[in-house]
Amino acid sequence: MESKTGTWIEKKGLAQMLKGGVIMDVVNAEQAKIAEDAGACAVMALERVPADIRADGGVARMSDPDMILKIIDAVSIPVMAKCRIGHFVEAQILEAIGVDYIDESEVLTPADEEHHILKHNFKVPFVCGCRNIGEALRRIGEGAAMIRTKGEAGTGDVVEAVRHARTVIGAIRQLQTMGDEELMTFAKNNGAPYELVKEVKLTGRMPVVNFAAGGVATPADAALMMQLGVDGVFVGSGIFKSGDPAKRANAIVKAVTHFQDASILAEVSKNLGEAMVGRNAAQMPEAERLAVRGW
Amino acid sequence: MKIGVLALQGDFAEHISMLKKIGVDTAEVRLPKHLDGLNGLIIPGGESTTIGKLAVAYDLMEPLKRFGKDHAIWGTCAGAIFLSKDISRSDQPLLALMDIKVQRNAFGRQVDSFETDLDIDELMKATGTEHPYHAVFIRAPIIESVHGNAKILSALDDGRIVAAQEGHLLATSFHPELTSDTRFHEYFVSLAS
Repeated sequence: MESKTGTWIEKKGLAQMLKGGVIMDVVNAEQAKIAEDAGACAVMALERVPADIRADGGVARMSDPDMILKIIDAVSIPVMAKCRIGHFVEAQILEAIGVDYIDESEVLTPADEEHHILKHNFKVPFVCGCRNIGEALRRIGEGAAMIRTKGEAGTGDVVEAVRHARTVIGAIRQLQTMGDEELMTFAKNNGAPYELVKEVKLTGRMPVVNFAAGGVATPADAALMMQLGVDGVFVGSGIFKSGDPAKRANAIVKAVTHFQDASILAEVSKNLGEAMVGRNAAQMPEAERLAVRGW
Repeated sequence: MKIGVLALQGDFAEHISMLKKIGVDTAEVRLPKHLDGLNGLIIPGGESTTIGKLAVAYDLMEPLKRFGKDHAIWGTCAGAIFLSKDISRSDQPLLALMDIKVQRNAFGRQVDSFETDLDIDELMKATGTEHPYHAVFIRAPIIESVHGNAKILSALDDGRIVAAQEGHLLATSFHPELTSDTRFHEYFVSLAS
């Protein structure tokens, strides 16, 4: 029998396997092992977590392939890695070394200020960030097989993650109440591909898996995002910038599974040590915001 | 007829919507008490290490083993790994209910994940159909070998085993819940009856 690789169902399908799980940022093989042992469903390999990228300034690029390969060797769970927005050669390199998912990420410095990568050209699946339904459906139109609401990475402040998740989920609800004749104007006003707008109205959900990201620092934050209706959670700086990473990572994994059970959430929230220090996203100057990157 | 789906992590919602499509009542299982009153259980695709750790943390291992003694259980992908007695190169928690040996990520990385058609005689006979089953493999395991009462349900052209059955226990290394073909779910419900 003939078999096919790199299909849409394969790309979308891996994200479906990650649902109800936590994807953790890690900067080396040792952290990757800690994440896997804590129950992460995947890791994101990168040289610096967003909080450090903010602190260091300068240009943030794709990580050293050797460092990513060491993480791939260290764990059995899927390994994701980030490339810059529009930097399709970084994406080609990440595909060549065998990463399982590429994050075309606003956390790195954009390489193209008008265009994203045409992700349909790749066999490896992509995840992209969004702040609203238009941005989400544009990325899916380009071939993203998974979406994450952006939040504001490296802040430890969940407010932007909540804003973006509510905006996307609210728009899906709004579409349910609209007549078919209103959809083209909705597509125009949101800069969203018409066919995908029709699909969202028909199914009542995003065409691909949708995780939350950017500012999740506690088990309660993670469960909050799940109760708002996302499929899973990315945790970046929140784990390895905290006092007891292994314990906090494990607690967040449990919180995502038992997101509706307040007594379990209370149990896992006990004695986690210091959370990451955090930065108030509302007081952040526009130039420092990562979420505005993306077109 | 009520089938539970282990909802610790993975694509449990996809299994639930397939079961609803064929008119079966469903329940999400996260704690031992959620097994009460179920006729069968599906362990979905996901990350087997994550599912195993959460099962240990919430005292599900023994209740699941007991449930599997006299109830139907079907594991897809990560679920098949979790049901097995033995896996190569790992010490993760296993239910050890099925006498099969499994190898994780047997086809390589995500870019090697594939779709293909399978002729599964048992399934076609049980559902009275003749067309092949379209199977979706995602970072899939293979069943290296079957032992004791476990038998092979399906293998690829090269002989690698991708589905096995042992009485009321079923393991597939692919994902029927990602297709619109309900035949595997119907077959499993018949095992649970």
